[in-house]
Amino acid sequence: MSQTATTVDPGEIQRFSAIAAEWWDEAGKFRPLHKLNPVRLEYLRDRICAHFGRDPLAPQPLKGLRLVDIGCGGGLLSEPLARMGAEVVGIDAAERNVKTAATHAMETGTPVDYRHTTAEDLVAAGETFDAVLSLEVVEHVADVPLFLDSLAALLKPEGLLVMATLNRTPKSYLMAIIGAEYVLRWLPRGTHDWRKFLKPSELAAGLRATGLTVREVMGLVYSPFNDAFRLDARDLDVNYLLWASR
Amino acid sequence: MSTEPPLPTAETDMVADVAIVGGGLAGLSLAAALGTAGVRTICIDRDSPAHQLEATFDGRTTAISHGSMKILEGAGVWGHLNGDAGPILEIRVTDQNRPTFLHYDHREVGDQPFGYIVENVVLRRAQFARLAELPSVTHLAPVEVASLDRGPAMATITLADGRRVRARLVVGADGRGSLCRKDAGIGLVGGSYDQTAIVVTVEHEFPHRGVAVELFLPSGPFAMLPLTGNRTSIVWSDKSAAVPHYMGLDDAAFTAELQARIGDWLGAVRPIGGRYSFPLSWQHAERYVDRRLALISETIHAMHPIAGQGLNMGLRDLAALAEVIVDAWRLGLDVGGTATLERYQRWRRFDNVSLLGVTDGLTRLFSNDIAPLKLARGLGLAAVNAPPLLPLKKLFMRHAMGVVGELPRLVRGEPL
Repeated sequence: MSQTATTVDPGEIQRFSAIAAEWWDEAGKFRPLHKLNPVRLEYLRDRICAHFGRDPLAPQPLKGLRLVDIGCGGGLLSEPLARMGAEVVGIDAAERNVKTAATHAMETGTPVDYRHTTAEDLVAAGETFDAVLSLEVVEHVADVPLFLDSLAALLKPEGLLVMATLNRTPKSYLMAIIGAEYVLRWLPRGTHDWRKFLKPSELAAGLRATGLTVREVMGLVYSPFNDAFRLDARDLDVNYLLWASR
Repeated sequence: MSTEPPLPTAETDMVADVAIVGGGLAGLSLAAALGTAGVRTICIDRDSPAHQLEATFDGRTTAISHGSMKILEGAGVWGHLNGDAGPILEIRVTDQNRPTFLHYDHREVGDQPFGYIVENVVLRRAQFARLAELPSVTHLAPVEVASLDRGPAMATITLADGRRVRARLVVGADGRGSLCRKDAGIGLVGGSYDQTAIVVTVEHEFPHRGVAVELFLPSGPFAMLPLTGNRTSIVWSDKSAAVPHYMGLDDAAFTAELQARIGDWLGAVRPIGGRYSFPLSWQHAERYVDRRLALISETIHAMHPIAGQGLNMGLRDLAALAEVIVDAWRLGLDVGGTATLERYQRWRRFDNVSLLGVTDGLTRLFSNDIAPLKLARGLGLAAVNAPPLLPLKKLFMRHAMGVVGELPRLVRGEPL
């Protein structure tokens, strides 16, 4: 039984279950996230395992590690990470997302600790983690330096931070705004504000100010031929991932 | 499919990543492959292991191609056979009273046998032994499935004894009349051959030297498949109307019928164990997957045993399915999700459709007595022996060995 069953009112389960079914429908409105998921989960698993000296192909390779997923949404990352053995705290500023994710975890019997809270409040509560994950979030944040400070404060001394976001380039404007929001309609219009996108150098500088060093920046490239994303260290033009540590 | 509110997982539920319905050779092999990788697997089987090991349960033998042997090796099953498998070193395909035949020698494509002939009961015993070693596999038997509910997030199987199994993916391995396939409303395309196979094992005077013979008689193909020792498994396909007569003969008359077809190359033959008969037909499912459901083996395809490929197709299904499941599972992804299931279906459909077509064509070509066709098949058989066509012959042989196409890791002899 999941730890989160108590956070959802039994009367609301059916409603949140319907929303969860939308989040987890691989062909539905969160299709782009489902397309991204295998490659970003593989990146997370492999980098976390390399950092802590584990075998990524062993069963439950993340067992014994405490992770926080900042901006967990419907739990698309939190739940797989928990199935890989990690102890996962998933937080989101939207209560609806937290209840949706918790309902799905209850249905699948996956233990995830979902909380309706912010990174700042977790810092205030003195919580720390082996890995802090913030994927596809920083481009929506109002105060970037404050947010990065909180991420750094949540890290244990030996921990690692993994972030993913969109670069601010002409190509990302074409792909992520014109392409994804207007042509392919993968995302609702207005999902992203291109001016808030951060270049890898800007994000690295922001992290350096918190005492973290960026160890790797990796591009995520969409290939229309096989309708899948893949990692490409030489192409950071649109989506990119990075990891950092002290 | 369910429209009810989701069922929370109860304390008493058995929870797994994958639930396999059907404990036949394909279902048990899949459980062994998944269990070897560490995937939590529950296999639900109608028959008890003790009953399945009784001599009368299944007297058939199975041709295991080289590729299938690799799959069983990767699943940790092959070692438990303890060598009780007859290697096929040569395959001779011949027409009635025709001295020229198509001759395949394994040395032309490498140093491995084409495959092995294994008694089903021996294979089953090895599979039970393997499952007992795997802590992540639960074999529930004997128990019937009472109902199946495939929801958006989980599938729930209610057993006849009231227990519930919850899993992300249900695999239907419950045979030709699959209830899992019917639950998903997946239709079949198929046909009958008006042929029935008589299966019997014979003991013989002279060694078979690992030679398998496919003899094409007008009433249907007659196969001699080498078992261990001086024993050969006979698969005798004949017109369905004629089969009750042969099945009802006394031992002396039945032996005489066998001896007349086998000829004298094995010396005197004597049937051992029972005679079994199976009507022959072919069928193919419209789809292999549905919400939280994947179908394998005989639930999606059945074919004439003429090419000895039935279980080998099923094992290739499971090698591909095990690979897509394990790839998703290692990333914590949904093993019963659309992406996983679509990958499996795309992978297997092409291979299965081609083999069904080839087998159906072979059966129709050889099971008759029409003069022009007799000439054509005589020429066809002789032609593939001709030097310019040797690459084609090699391809046929590699097909028989099960090593053609985009190969799953298990078939390539790699760990899952």
